[in-house]
Amino acid sequence: MPLDSDLTVGDMLRLHGVSRRSFIKFCTATVSAMALPPWMGPAMAAQLMDAHRPSVIYLSFQECTGCFESLLRSFAPTIENLIFNVVSLDYDDTLMAASGDAAETALAQAMQQNFGKYVLVIDGSVPTGAGGACCTVGGKSAVDTLREAAKGAAVIVCVGTCSAFGGIPYANPNPTEAWPVSAIIGDKPIINVSGCPPIPEVITGTLLQYVTTGKLPDLDEQLRPKAFFGNTIHDRCYRRPFYDEGKFAKSFDDEGARNGWCLYELGCKGPTTYNACATMKWNGGTSFPIESGHGCIGCSEPSFWDKGSLYAPLATAEWGKAGDNSPLRTLELGSSAAAIGGVVGVASAGVGRWRQHRSEHPIDSEHPIANPPEDG
Amino acid sequence: MDLLSFSRGVGLKVAMAIFCLGVVWRIFGFALLKIRRDYNKPRESILKYSIGGLMTTMARSWPHREFIGRTGPGEALGYSYHLGLFAVVLLYTPHILFLGSLVGVTWPGLPSSLITIIAVLTLTLFLAVLFRRVTNPVMRMLSNFDDYFSWFVTMLVLVTGLAATAHVGAPYETLLAVHILSVDLLLIWFPFGKLMHAFYIMPSRAINGALLARKGATS
Repeated sequence: MPLDSDLTVGDMLRLHGVSRRSFIKFCTATVSAMALPPWMGPAMAAQLMDAHRPSVIYLSFQECTGCFESLLRSFAPTIENLIFNVVSLDYDDTLMAASGDAAETALAQAMQQNFGKYVLVIDGSVPTGAGGACCTVGGKSAVDTLREAAKGAAVIVCVGTCSAFGGIPYANPNPTEAWPVSAIIGDKPIINVSGCPPIPEVITGTLLQYVTTGKLPDLDEQLRPKAFFGNTIHDRCYRRPFYDEGKFAKSFDDEGARNGWCLYELGCKGPTTYNACATMKWNGGTSFPIESGHGCIGCSEPSFWDKGSLYAPLATAEWGKAGDNSPLRTLELGSSAAAIGGVVGVASAGVGRWRQHRSEHPIDSEHPIANPPEDG
Repeated sequence: MDLLSFSRGVGLKVAMAIFCLGVVWRIFGFALLKIRRDYNKPRESILKYSIGGLMTTMARSWPHREFIGRTGPGEALGYSYHLGLFAVVLLYTPHILFLGSLVGVTWPGLPSSLITIIAVLTLTLFLAVLFRRVTNPVMRMLSNFDDYFSWFVTMLVLVTGLAATAHVGAPYETLLAVHILSVDLLLIWFPFGKLMHAFYIMPSRAINGALLARKGATS
């Protein structure tokens, strides 16, 4: 019996009785979701049929498992389709039946057998404080496990904002000294699929694209696939016309909110957030947060947790720590500066008057007591 | 800290502090200067020459009938771009929210698309103003670095704001950061250049008018 990863995707599909026709339909739907040209559908199908299912090792570090929960809810492809037919998921401590030594042996075996070829998926940030003791699995710290696993990886896919940019563990004051994967591993190709959590189809779509083409997708400067992170939420938001018309909801339960007006004034971070929420949506294309009446919180952007209140409009100033913006602080700053300005102004006027007096009374000014200066 | 956080955080804070310090410094320095004593007997009462000051303030804010053909177009140009600037700065919703976060009060704004049109028109008028300054021999001779740099920093705010609105040339957050940095630059330059006319123009007209009225003259 050959190992799972020795079988091609075509072999696996035949084993499961999946017809070629329905497989091509699946590939076409995937290509459409990834905004790739239509001719890529048959090409993807042909490539996948002959492709060996790549080994995938999924490591979870300092995270909440929300990203994996999201992945489980992928509609196209479904998670079972992905892990049974397209990839060989050789290690995932959340999903696998094995535990303890058996699980760790499976990890070591998968890394050894597929050295240089496996896809390493990382979920969660990597804490380095206290010698890495803040996150250990099987007695090994996350940072050591990551370094070891990265050595044999063909590519590292960082799923979620925590592994991509540090996420909430990385937020000020970062007590565990957490870092994103890219800050620790510098010699491997990295794809960041950010989001808190990422859209499930974006995770599976990114994996599929790599498996199909064997190449990294086009990435933006944050190493995110441009196919999914090429536009801001604001650019594609169905509420955008209200922004252009100047119609804004002022609270979450006013008439503007009920009419579906723009949520910019309620702190929506859509204009600075690159993600596919407004186009791919969630739960199989049902809706996305803005459609449910809440502004975007910018969860797919670096340090989104440290950028002030989630409910402060983007156009507000950042005076200090989150939530520390207030007119009082403006007054403090302005009045302190103005007080110094007043002192400097009085001094400079005094110097000016003295010079003026000297130029008008060159002799008198040498005898100031005998000739007191006039009031002016 | 990313560029956007810097521009609207530390950068803005420093710029605002310099702005407040510089404006109060210049106003005190100006207001406390000694006015040369006029030993002539006043031709008018204090009330009348105070009114004279107010009249001059208004009279000089409008072209004189006799010279309207010569000065009218220039004044129309000046009023138009100032009004455009006021509309863009004070009636664009993101700006209202920004100012609201500083002063604690907000007010209704205009539609974003209308503000964009006003901003483009204002930008065109800015270019016309520069063209006039460069092509008119008298104005060219009167102009110095201060005039051109004050024009440049104001224009920069408009251009970067339009680029941020239209998402042209860079990611939105970068454009927004550059726009706010240009505002920071404007705030820093404001007290030390001719942009201070915003504070000086009315008092200086009033004082001139009052001094002339004291002598029995009108202006």
